[in-house]
Amino acid sequence: MSDLLVRTGGEAGDGIASLGETLARCFARMGLHVFGLNAYQSVIRGGHVWFQARASEIRPFSQGDGADILYCLNRETFDIHRADLRPGATIVYDPEKFAIAPGDVPTGARLLPVPTLAIARKYTSQAILQNASGLGAMAYLAGIPLPVLHGALADSFGKKAGDVVTWNLGASADGYEFAKQHSGANDHAVAPKGEGKLLLTGNQAIALGAAAGGVKFLAQYPMTPASGIMHWMAAHSRDLGIVVKQAEDELAAINMAVGASFGGVRAMTATSGGGFSLMVEALGMAGMTETPVVVVESQRAGPSTGLPTKTEQGDLHLMIGAGQGEFPRAILAPSHPKEAYQSTIDAFRLAEEWQTPVLLASDLHLSENYATVDRDEINLNVPIARIATATAPGTGEYLRYAYTPSGVSPRSIPGQPGLQFIAGSDEHDQKGHLISDVRAGVPMWVAERAKMMEKRMRKLDGLRRAAPPPVVEGRPDADVTFVAWGSTVGAIRDAMPILEAQGISTNLLFVRTVYPLRADIVSTTLESARTPLLVEANYSGQLGQLIRQETGILLPHRLLKYDGEPFYPHEIVAKVREMTGHGGQ
Amino acid sequence: MADSSASIPRASTGPALPVIGKSDTKPTWCPGCGDFSVLAAVEMALKRLQIPSHNVAVVSGIGCSSNLPHFLSSYGFHAIHGRALPVAEGIRWANHGLTVIATGGDGDGFGIGAGHFVHTMRRNVDLTYVTMDNQIYGLTTGQASPTSMMGQKTKSTPNGVIEQPVDPIALALASGATYVARGFSGDVKHLADLVANGIQHRGFSFVDVFSPCVTYNKLNTFDFFRQRVYKLETSGHDPANIGLAFQRAIEWGDKIPIGLFYKVDHPTYEDLEEVLSAGPLAHQNAGLAGRDKLLDEFA
Repeated sequence: MSDLLVRTGGEAGDGIASLGETLARCFARMGLHVFGLNAYQSVIRGGHVWFQARASEIRPFSQGDGADILYCLNRETFDIHRADLRPGATIVYDPEKFAIAPGDVPTGARLLPVPTLAIARKYTSQAILQNASGLGAMAYLAGIPLPVLHGALADSFGKKAGDVVTWNLGASADGYEFAKQHSGANDHAVAPKGEGKLLLTGNQAIALGAAAGGVKFLAQYPMTPASGIMHWMAAHSRDLGIVVKQAEDELAAINMAVGASFGGVRAMTATSGGGFSLMVEALGMAGMTETPVVVVESQRAGPSTGLPTKTEQGDLHLMIGAGQGEFPRAILAPSHPKEAYQSTIDAFRLAEEWQTPVLLASDLHLSENYATVDRDEINLNVPIARIATATAPGTGEYLRYAYTPSGVSPRSIPGQPGLQFIAGSDEHDQKGHLISDVRAGVPMWVAERAKMMEKRMRKLDGLRRAAPPPVVEGRPDADVTFVAWGSTVGAIRDAMPILEAQGISTNLLFVRTVYPLRADIVSTTLESARTPLLVEANYSGQLGQLIRQETGILLPHRLLKYDGEPFYPHEIVAKVREMTGHGGQ
Repeated sequence: MADSSASIPRASTGPALPVIGKSDTKPTWCPGCGDFSVLAAVEMALKRLQIPSHNVAVVSGIGCSSNLPHFLSSYGFHAIHGRALPVAEGIRWANHGLTVIATGGDGDGFGIGAGHFVHTMRRNVDLTYVTMDNQIYGLTTGQASPTSMMGQKTKSTPNGVIEQPVDPIALALASGATYVARGFSGDVKHLADLVANGIQHRGFSFVDVFSPCVTYNKLNTFDFFRQRVYKLETSGHDPANIGLAFQRAIEWGDKIPIGLFYKVDHPTYEDLEEVLSAGPLAHQNAGLAGRDKLLDEFA
């Protein structure tokens, strides 16, 4: 794949993320597809951070391997990343800040020393302006036209005007010109390709999908990597008419969302594993009271506080098992912002139709990283069904929890006359009356309890058929069949054409709804697969365990990662080569 | 902002729509339980205010007293332990045309739910919170509660409680509640007045009720309170003065005040949440149909 990988590194607080985002934005505006990886640590200042913007005519699904352009804001960046450069890479740095001895330069790479500090001093004493001249040099190397860079840079300052914007435009133009004069032959440059694309993070896609899916209420407690959902929604709250509540804790957040849903609006909460652990009891309450709610669980590396800014898929069992007792739920697991948008819409539809909690499994890698979509891939015109389905009961009694073949009962909302009911977290009869106290254990009510359990659990069968089924991507008769869920799918998709070029055919069983599992489709696919390979970002192979539980099929080949880092295509390629007896590359 | 929201009717009143009454479920409390009086007082208050039952949502947590929503003809949400208030807030924000009442006990509200209690008050959400405070865990058969008195012997404290009780009234005052009152199950009429005024008050109304447990609390009995309570209304208390309210709140001994400690008018959370100025959220449009320009920010 002809792609360009531009990496910028420095200290937290240096403004690396905004540099990287600006570059990614430029590529998207040039009509290229982008994947942007923002690698950071759980500190506000200090520590090593870096951003990789990968641009390509063909959509990249991961950050890719290596870098073609490396901008080092400090020596540490050079030391950390110099072994990860692709042939012909250019290293941008300012010799006023640190020196690079000729012997330290990796073979095939070249240096482009840029006087970023000196350029900055022309405008201001604020050293941060060095970023703009470095950005300009990178943009020249990457083939970004100066007006595109200036457009993106100016937009990144928003409505702010004045000297800061002028300085940034000036310093970036100077860096751009310097690179043009001093870089010699430049073979990095990518060419514009058609209409501009949209650039968004997984969290932004989820928030946008929620709004399109009719959400009117979001309650959330800050927690990386889910906070971006609240940030986007809060910024658009007034414009879109969505109430956003930062709750006192995750207990309150989910209980508020369930209350709002009971009150008649589509409602959601979002968190990571730690917060989700606090939500467990209320998740069961939503299941028991048959109140729709959407919960985004953006996983990070655990256990406990774990690695707050690093990714993992370690919460699958937690999501499947959250809550005492048994109740129906669905867990959707998109892999890319484009899918996250649609999955969030699906989550709201499913929660509403089946009157039960629906989880959207994300993770840091999906939530916080950037990707492009075409404008026509985002359909905002989503029909929103009415919430109340019950009508005035006439002569009969209204039964909120009436036994039905599907398990879904007519739902009323407060304010509807004659349809009052009690949503009870205790076991109840069709009317909603408790059968947990004076009626518990009385034979007639023992039978009712069983019937009510069966009514609720019937919804799981419906959900299984209504949720997005697993799909097989790639050729049908492949040497190797990847089995994956969530963001891990991205690196697999990028590894597939690399392996194909090396004569190893692959396909991918992408389990888009991890629960309830379509055991029928998974079985059929795996029984005809030559060599399945389970790829997951956790220690135990939790999807593999689920598949074995549901289908009896054991997946002996596994590529599991639990170091907090996302998968890289080369790791997947290496594993497949080793498995198939191809040895090293 | 406050004015536009104030014009939203708290409930539509129509002659054909029944006002609150008892449901067809009979209360399951022990004979003589103080909670019967609280149920009667809530029903009296809603009847007096002529609020139709379909425009009322009564929310509770878990405990003896939290069964109360089942005994009224309104909408109800019998939630999990300690979480009545966040559920009630969610309902209120989804539809601020509804009258929302949260009920529960001292364990539910001041123990497991204490965090929500504080935060709901500082938000001044317009709902009425009635706690049936019996200073004991009843449904779990008699353990110490957050309001059990020092030295009280219970199943979980056979040698007596060795920590200070929570003072719900002082905590409410400190947390920003804008209507703070205390009632007594032994005086239903007075209690009904406190609840009705609380419902009418725009903002967070807290009514803590001495509602004795006749089975597990042999210390804080009806007689205990009858001998001690006096009414703030007849003792020259100025409910506009928060300093005096604090002084009364910490009175505990031979004389214990009931009545209205404090009342102040502040904008409610719903007043200040601009999205709600367009009417109840449940009645607003949802979705992004036709909002294609929204995508420009990602371009």
